Parts: sequence; structure tokens; C-alpha cells
Amino acid sequence: MNFEAFLFYFFSVILVGAAVAMITVRNPVHAALFLVLTFFTSAALWIMLEAEFLGIVLVLVYVGAVMVLFLFVVMMLDINLARMREGFIRFLPVGIVVAVAMVSVMTLVIVRHFHMEAPERAGADYNNTEALGQILYTEYVYPFEIAAVILLVAIVAAIALTLRRRPGTKAIDPAQQVRITRKGRVRMVDMKSEDKS
Amino acid sequence: MLETIMNVWEGLPLVMQIMAKITLIVAPLMLAVAYVTYAERKVIGYMQVRLGPNRVGPKGWLQPIADAVKLLTKEVIIPTNANRYLFLIAPVLSIAPALAAWAVIPFDDGMALANINAGLLYILALSSLGVYGVIIAGWASNSKYALLGAMRSAAQIVAYEIAMGFALVGVIMVAGSLNLGEIVSAQSGSIYHWYLLPLLPLFLVFFISGVAETNRAPFDVAEGESEIVAGFHVEYSGMAFAVFFLAEYANMILISALTALLFLGGWLSPFQGILPESAFAIPVIGWFLDSGIHWFLIKTAFFLFCFLWFRATFPRYRYDQIMRLGWKVLIPVTIVWLFVLGVGVAFGIGPWFA
Repeated sequence: MNFEAFLFYFFSVILVGAAVAMITVRNPVHAALFLVLTFFTSAALWIMLEAEFLGIVLVLVYVGAVMVLFLFVVMMLDINLARMREGFIRFLPVGIVVAVAMVSVMTLVIVRHFHMEAPERAGADYNNTEALGQILYTEYVYPFEIAAVILLVAIVAAIALTLRRRPGTKAIDPAQQVRITRKGRVRMVDMKSEDKS
Repeated sequence: MLETIMNVWEGLPLVMQIMAKITLIVAPLMLAVAYVTYAERKVIGYMQVRLGPNRVGPKGWLQPIADAVKLLTKEVIIPTNANRYLFLIAPVLSIAPALAAWAVIPFDDGMALANINAGLLYILALSSLGVYGVIIAGWASNSKYALLGAMRSAAQIVAYEIAMGFALVGVIMVAGSLNLGEIVSAQSGSIYHWYLLPLLPLFLVFFISGVAETNRAPFDVAEGESEIVAGFHVEYSGMAFAVFFLAEYANMILISALTALLFLGGWLSPFQGILPESAFAIPVIGWFLDSGIHWFLIKTAFFLFCFLWFRATFPRYRYDQIMRLGWKVLIPVTIVWLFVLGVGVAFGIGPWFA
């Protein structure tokens, strides 16, 4: 076993272990943190496949932003574990159906490519970022642009959904505060000094 | 003599070479962190017309050592209802990215631990990981103030990361590379080729976001000692607290170094292309005037000084003002300037983008 294989198995074992732990642990914060570990180790595997751009972006986007917001929400929840376990039996049949469907789809996909030849190693001057850019902006330029537009629409929709103007709140308008000058706040009063009595 | 040393070096196994290089980066970094704390107290002291630490050692030079010994010997207290493992792992998660990011920083031409293609992305990814230390510390402490501090800091870091990322996109567009060494090389020529001038708005946005990312004054609401005691590290004591402290200062130095690399031409000399070539041939002065690691260190030190200067100058921002500045001021500025850069690069306008 060479060093590369050792690294691969090292990260894979952590990846699978963290994934299993993520769905079995009780505490939702621990589960979220195990998911972070899963992302991180899969990023390491991608980097080993010479896809360093994808690997680093996985860390940057999913670990650095998405999961932070996720943790943010999970930490604020006051979760009652007893109530969460209540519906377990009732929803079990639905859960099993979904699980079987997912597993069969994944098996279908994986079995077909289960034994793949390792891809050819690229040369030392190979640049994953450049290779991705070349393909994205030539061959896949339309899907790429469409995806961009969809994302823009999603951003606008998300902002429009949360933008509510409630009358009567005491929220301060920072723009108004920034515009304050001394003249608006301070009044200089000329007073004659009084005699000491 | 030099040849024997080189031969011994070449004979070492690769792992030992890498270890030696890591030591050469981390040891001075830790020393720098110690003396940045000293510099901070001294600089702010003088700005407030007092002396600062001056008892331990000559002129107080041994103060950071005394602080380190004190912190090392103090007891680490774990709160009763804290989540033990997460409580102890949080400082580690805080300092690991702060140190790992240094792997790709080029100190001089080709003088980097790992000269990787996507260096800038790697730094961005690692600096976004630092927030986990803060959040986990806040949650695991099982304390109101710690949780409040962690929430504030998480929202702030996520907000400013976007502005910072956009500022870096501008640098990437102009330099045409993600490799830090190549970004610096693209700025060579003279002081006017540095990205400071053509990317001035992005430079300001990057440095402001950098100050916000490291939770330093005037954006230090995560610690806000007058509101929430000390924020996310209220419950930490002794060495665990010291590790958070180390991470914060290592991040400060990292942001300063990055600003120097991306906008001020890193190790390039400001006299390059201005003084005649013969000036660089003068024995000692010529070496100083020529490009080299000392210029990188001088520029980094200047930005570090700015961090301390800000802390002594500005009152702390209010929380909603921080969010407004991040989302409504900095991000639009970067987007507008990215458009300008796009036009400039596409049509090859001006002295910079030609």
C-alpha cells in the first residue's frame, strides 16, 4: 500500500464513519458537525483526484457558509428529544419506503460503475481551475448561464419573501443617522455669565 | 560551508524537509504573535498618553514571555454543564486554520511552503473555517453570553466573507491567476503597477472586511466586553483561552500579509523601475532597496500597525451598523468595481489592463 492509497483509505474511513454518525447521533448540533466533517473529508478525496478547485470550493461554500448558517439555526432551537422520538413508529413505514427507493437508485448508479479504472494522472502543469473554466465557458455556456439566472431569481425571491415592512416598529434607519450633522443636534446658546453672589 | 549545508539539506527525507520548513514558518509566527500583543499595548498606550507595560525586563520587553508563562500555569476550568469534547476542541478548530493558511504564503520569490495553483481559494476556504472555533466555543460553553457572542460573530463573519471574496475576485481578474506568487509577479514593474491604485476600492473593502473577519475593533462586537463580558470565550481560562488569543493574532498577521501580497506587491521593492539599475548594485543599501523578503515584512508590519491604530481610534460599531456596512456598502462597492475591472480587462484600457 503506497502513501496515496493510505491517504485514500484514511479519509474514506473518516468519511463513512462521520456520515454514519451524522444520522445516528441524538444531538442535532453534533449531527451538523459530523456533516461538516463528512464534507471536509470528501473535499480531501476530491483534491486527491486532482479536482482541487471543486474540493476547495466544497469547503468554502458548504463548510464555510452553508453549514455555518445551518449550525446557527440548529443552535438556537430548543429541541425536546422526547417529543422528537414520539413520531418514530408512526412515520416508520413512510421512512422505510423512502429509504428503500433511495438505496435502490443509488445501487443502480453505483453498480454500473462499481469497478472503474483509475483515471489517467494529469501532468504536473495541469490546472483544474483552468480546465473547468475552459469547459464551462465554451461547451456548457448555455446551461451555465441558465443556472446563473435561476440563482439570481432565487436570490431575488428569498429577499422578497423576507422583506416585510411592519409599521410601528422602532427600528432605526441608519441612513438617516449617518446624515446627522452637528447643526441638527447641538444648539449653541449665548448666555451672559452671572455674577458670583 | 554553504555547499555542505545544502548537501545535508538535499540528503534529508522529504518529510523532514517539510517539517523543517513548517518550523521555520510557525516558530517566527508565534514569536511575532507574542510581540504583536506587546506592540499593541505599547502603541495604544502611547496613543493614550501613557507608557504601557514597562516593568518586566528592560522597557517591558519580557512582558509577553511573562504573560505566556502565566497563562501556561493557570488552571483550565471546564464549566459543569459544558459539552466537554466540543469545549476542548473549539480552540484547536480556531487555531488550526489560522496556521494552515500560512502554508501557501510566498515570503519571497518562490519562497513558499506549498506553491499550489489555487492558493488564493485555499486561503479563502481556510479563513472561512475559522468561524467554527468561535461558534463551537460559544455553544459548548453552555453560557448565555458565550452563545450571544458566537451568534454575533458567525453572522458578521459570513456577511463580510462575501465582500472579501468579491474583492479577491477583482484581484484574480486582473492578475489572471489564483497562485499567490503569480499575483505578486503580475504587479512587478514599478510602484504604479501595484494593485493599490487600480483596485483602490477593492483594497479598502478587503482590508475593512479583514478587520471585521478577525473580530478586531471597531468590529469586535463578538467580544464586546462592555455588553457581553468577553463573548464566545467567556468560559475559557488558562491555555485554552491563550489558544484563542493566538489564533486571533495569527489571523491578524495573515490578513496583513495577504493585503501586502495582493495589493502592495508583496516582496517587490517600491523603488523598482524608479531608481536606475545601478542603485541596486551598491553593497548594502542596494540590497535593501532591491526586492526581497524585508519589503514583505515591512508592508505586513505597516498593516499590523493599522490594526492597532484602528483599535485606538474608532469607537465600536453598533451591531446593525456593522450589518449595514457589510451588506449595503461594501458589497455594492465591490460589484461596481468588478464591472469597471471587467470593462477594463476586456478592452485592455489604460496603463494597467493593457
